[in-house]
Amino acid sequence: MKKRFISFILLSAIAVSTMLIFTSCGKKSDNEIYFLNFKPEIAEKYEEISKTYEAITGIKVKFSTAAANTYEQTLKSEIAKKDAPTIFQINGPIGYETWKNYCADLTDTQLYSILSDKTLAIKGEDGKVYGIPYVIEAYGIICNLSKFDEYFALTNRQTEINSFEEITDFYSLRTVVEDMTLHLDELSIKGVFGSTSLLSGEDWRWQTHLANIPFYLEAKEQNYNVGTGVEEFKFTHNVKMKNLFDLYINNSVTERSLLGSKSVSDSMAEFALGQCAMIQNGNWAWAQIKDVSGNTVKESDVRFLPLYNGGSDDSDMGLCIGTENYICINKNASEEDQKRAADFLYWLYSSTDGKKFVTEQLEFLTPFNTFNADETPSDPLAKEINRWLSDTEKVSVPWHFVAFPGTSFKNDFGSALLRYAQGSITWEDVVNTVKTRWKEETAKAR
Amino acid sequence: MYKRFSRYFPIFVLPILAAFIISFAVPFVMGIYLSFCDFTTVSDARFIGLENYKEAFGESFTHSLWYTALFSLASVITVNLAAFFLARLLTRGFKGTNFFRTVFFMPNLIGGIVLGYIWQIIINGILRYYGVDITFYEAYGFLGLLVLTNWQLIGYMMIIYVAGLQNIPGELREAAAIDGATASMELKHITLPLVMPSITVCTFLTLTNTFKLFDQNLALTAGAPNRRSAMLALDIYNTFYGGVGSEGVGQAKAVIFTLILGAIALLQLYLTKRRERDV
Repeated sequence: MKKRFISFILLSAIAVSTMLIFTSCGKKSDNEIYFLNFKPEIAEKYEEISKTYEAITGIKVKFSTAAANTYEQTLKSEIAKKDAPTIFQINGPIGYETWKNYCADLTDTQLYSILSDKTLAIKGEDGKVYGIPYVIEAYGIICNLSKFDEYFALTNRQTEINSFEEITDFYSLRTVVEDMTLHLDELSIKGVFGSTSLLSGEDWRWQTHLANIPFYLEAKEQNYNVGTGVEEFKFTHNVKMKNLFDLYINNSVTERSLLGSKSVSDSMAEFALGQCAMIQNGNWAWAQIKDVSGNTVKESDVRFLPLYNGGSDDSDMGLCIGTENYICINKNASEEDQKRAADFLYWLYSSTDGKKFVTEQLEFLTPFNTFNADETPSDPLAKEINRWLSDTEKVSVPWHFVAFPGTSFKNDFGSALLRYAQGSITWEDVVNTVKTRWKEETAKAR
Repeated sequence: MYKRFSRYFPIFVLPILAAFIISFAVPFVMGIYLSFCDFTTVSDARFIGLENYKEAFGESFTHSLWYTALFSLASVITVNLAAFFLARLLTRGFKGTNFFRTVFFMPNLIGGIVLGYIWQIIINGILRYYGVDITFYEAYGFLGLLVLTNWQLIGYMMIIYVAGLQNIPGELREAAAIDGATASMELKHITLPLVMPSITVCTFLTLTNTFKLFDQNLALTAGAPNRRSAMLALDIYNTFYGGVGSEGVGQAKAVIFTLILGAIALLQLYLTKRRERDV
């Protein structure tokens, strides 16, 4: 009798736990929006927004964040589920190519109606809108002004450039950088530029951001329609990329042969600790720089310089401004959920509460006309973007690299750059790799 | 007694069977099907026949196949020799034997990714005195992986060999010694034949583990330079996530990988098992 009782208990325990395994797989409640977030650095802040929005409307927004560099993987598995994300994001025309079967038409949404520059949106072949940018970002060369002040105060410097303001093109930049390298000890820095991070997975600042320059110049000359993808990249302006890349790796904190072990956070830390005077990165880097313990860079000393590259229009150049964050709504979600998602996004970027979150917590500079001039983030790099944008004579460089054909191409570009830095291959080889890999990858996608 | 329990057979087997079907059988069959499809997500696939397989045999796949095969061969030899040698040392009843067994076993408890990064720091730390790092040549990556794998697997294999050696009856050795057998004769005719079951297990484990090595490869070199040090599993991963519309090709490579691994493992089991029967 006792034995039967025990076995009964055991069996029911097994049965119950099996049931639990099956049911605990997560059930979405009816009025819930599922937002798959791309930016890990602001994952916690979204939780607060979710609370506020639920208090106002009773609709819950479930935020889930993919770990750094795994968004595509996460999206691939999440979107195949029954409770797929209602809101997700793509990184540009190439991302749209992958996800077009899942992007709902956003042409009639309120969010699209408040987009200041309608050309920024991602449009399909049918001319309808499928992705809306939600943040404007900019990158260039971030400078620590205090190091420049020290340099210009030196009596034994060899240049005729006397102030930071006089650096207006590649040649003035190079002159100053190369002379600074001769005075490293006096400036108490280890190198003029932070390490050119070429560790695999950490090379995006070069194979996309820096490579944007030659691609942009070529696209402008040849009238490429970047939005629909470019068949062939001739890389005619590769010398301009080489100019800057050589300057970075020859005047760096780290010896050029050892750059393959450096990560982005290594070089951000070098900048924050005052071991270098400049790094190439975007405005998102401020969050990283200010959190480095022992940070010596004052907010008032932070300046942006455009990627001067030796082209004829260097002095008219502005920062590289654009985005690779486009928001999409899942076409396969129910009509009701799609509507809810659109309402939430409109609320976030137009209501007083929502806007406050966006500027103060998320620290986004947005492309929407609902934001007034004073509703911008207060970090120094965001201020610098505004300063450059307000100078009407400067032409901003768009982020054309979003049309680069896929991760494989970018990784191969990155490893070619690494091997060039190590001296294993010549710059010619890098150019050829880029050209052939571009052709191969675009042919595959078609 | 047996009859009474056998009535409950379905209830006892159900949870495991369900788990096996859900997490192994179904994904496996689906994976084979998907390798013949063009797809972005697993629930939305279009059948395209053998296209993926045609594309799968590219330069990167054949290179990583040879790289992996060579690496597996090298690791099977080095790991097993070292593990067997250590096991012999640690079955002689030295003082502190248990302490050393624990120490040698410990690296096996650290996860592959962590291990990869630790060794990357160590190796780069040494190489920097020569002005290079592990990303310079594929041979550096190969040697680095070999050192790492040895460090991780030797302890585990050693434990298996220790168990095997302890099972050899002392009388046999004693008798051999009385008959005047030298140490090498004893090793060849007594010890090796009797630990053959352990050798089967250990070669099987090292072969399959090194053939499908992934985390260590990803963390240590991530394929640098230029994917030349990417082993098969990493190559499959890179293909799957690397470009627009190449998921199917990655899946096809994965199926080929499974077939190769299965064939090699069965062949190895057949060969070493045959030796076991000879005893």
